[in-house]
Amino acid sequence: MTDAPTLLLRDLRLAFRGYTGVTEVLHGISLHIRAGERVALVGESGSGKSVTARIVLGLLQDQRGARITGQVRVEGRDLAAMSRRARVALRGRRMSMIFQDPTSALNPVYRIGTQFTEVLRRADPAITERAARARAAALLDEVAIHDPARVLDAYAFQLSGGMNQRVMIAMALANNPALLIADEPGTALDVTVQAQTLGLMRRMVADHGAAVLFISHNLGVVREFADRVYVIYKGRIVEHGPTAALFDTPRHAYTRALMAAVPRITGGGIPDLPERDDAFAAPMELHPGVAEPEAT
Amino acid sequence: MATPFLSIEGVRRVFGSGAGEVVALDGVSLQVARGECLAVVGESGSGKTTLANLILGIYPPSAGRIMLDGAELPARRRIEHRRAIQLVQQNPLSALNPRRSVGASLRLALDVHAIGPRAGRDAHVRRLLEEVGLPGEFARRAPAALSGGQRQRVAIARALACEAPLLVLDEPTSALDVLVQARVLRLLDDLRRQRGLTYVFITHDLSVVRNVADRVAVFERGRLLETGPVAQLFAAPAHAYTRSLIAAVPVVTPEEDALRARIAQGGPAS
Repeated sequence: MTDAPTLLLRDLRLAFRGYTGVTEVLHGISLHIRAGERVALVGESGSGKSVTARIVLGLLQDQRGARITGQVRVEGRDLAAMSRRARVALRGRRMSMIFQDPTSALNPVYRIGTQFTEVLRRADPAITERAARARAAALLDEVAIHDPARVLDAYAFQLSGGMNQRVMIAMALANNPALLIADEPGTALDVTVQAQTLGLMRRMVADHGAAVLFISHNLGVVREFADRVYVIYKGRIVEHGPTAALFDTPRHAYTRALMAAVPRITGGGIPDLPERDDAFAAPMELHPGVAEPEAT
Repeated sequence: MATPFLSIEGVRRVFGSGAGEVVALDGVSLQVARGECLAVVGESGSGKTTLANLILGIYPPSAGRIMLDGAELPARRRIEHRRAIQLVQQNPLSALNPRRSVGASLRLALDVHAIGPRAGRDAHVRRLLEEVGLPGEFARRAPAALSGGQRQRVAIARALACEAPLLVLDEPTSALDVLVQARVLRLLDDLRRQRGLTYVFITHDLSVVRNVADRVAVFERGRLLETGPVAQLFAAPAHAYTRSLIAAVPVVTPEEDALRARIAQGGPAS
């Protein structure tokens, strides 16, 4: 299984049982990410992007009322066949996450250094306080934080949003995870900081050899960051292609509507968009050169 | 510009005192014509929100004055000033009272400012909702039962309820995803033309600015760096800072890549 993709989803379905019956929110998602690849999952709010990430992290499996079918394989290992304890052990070690708003994702009552030590102890429970601090300082230095000692002694609210974002990236990559999930990273930041964050993330995942699942509704950011793109609409993948091809010739009506909705810096006004279109429900469009791996 | 509708004259705002003193805005002068959309751009900490709060009268300027339609706005605003300048915030969920139905929120605005006959309030609320593209029945709903885009439409309807000629829009679409954003921007643009509204549009999204604003004011560290018609600013930004803002915008087409590259190199846009 050495050439197994870092992440493989096959026909993933998710349904919630509620008072009014069963609501299916994912209708068979298949996607894969190989080591070192940056793959984006793009869609509007409510399309199923974030629940997909939560399933990959193993956070929905134990929730009552959530019914999950299909395969989720991380480095070839089937999450469904694992014990809860084994799934928990993957988080923070083999996979980690970067959240939208870094300041609220960090604990406000612990210093950055304390939170960093906790992260490092997940992979190495025996690490000493001193060794953890040295390692944390080295990681902060990697994300271009030039006074790590001050940052380690600070609380999240004492740092800027851009600084907290760097801390989050350093923490997420501290244990060299195989898979990094980034949910709208930087959308809470302004454009210049967002651009720096993307550049930094690209360099860091390359250095650490991580695969990235990049969740976003910001097409410009996706175009800049991702190698491949899956477009998700109402719990279904509607288009999959290499980033350049997909942006060059979007094939699905929904993808085209998404593209048309983005204001252009070259001008042209705000487009008039239909509320809904029957063509959005059309089958998936696949670009040449991309396909899901053979079932194993 | 004959008589500017909104005029900001030599405004300075300082927070704190002594060693902890922060100058949030300094020496800012700006005019906005009636019916114009002025975009205010800059990074976080540049003073955009301080400017909005000064216009709204949340706190007074430390120096300088703000004029509306030729008359100076007092430090302590009277109710007619508060009616005339309305705010639409980034997060409509925190802007709307979660315990009040949408209809009750809109009605409150009509009641407070005594707009229209009391007997006609329900019909008035329905008309306002329809004007922002929502069904009249939404009056009975709680804000929590609406999507982000629908809530933002309600917040816009509330500003319309006050019949305010001036709207301060503070990142009104940056919490919305791209399709919803396009529809809300379309709505704001249509309303401005139909009702002759004046907008101060605060955002850090330059691609939105390019398509909705008439003029742009660029702020950096509390100072007004440059101001000009939107086409001119994008064609030939005068300051390196403005160029860096435009060059940082994530874009989706090769034409935009080319524009960004030319601007980043400091050359003319075309």
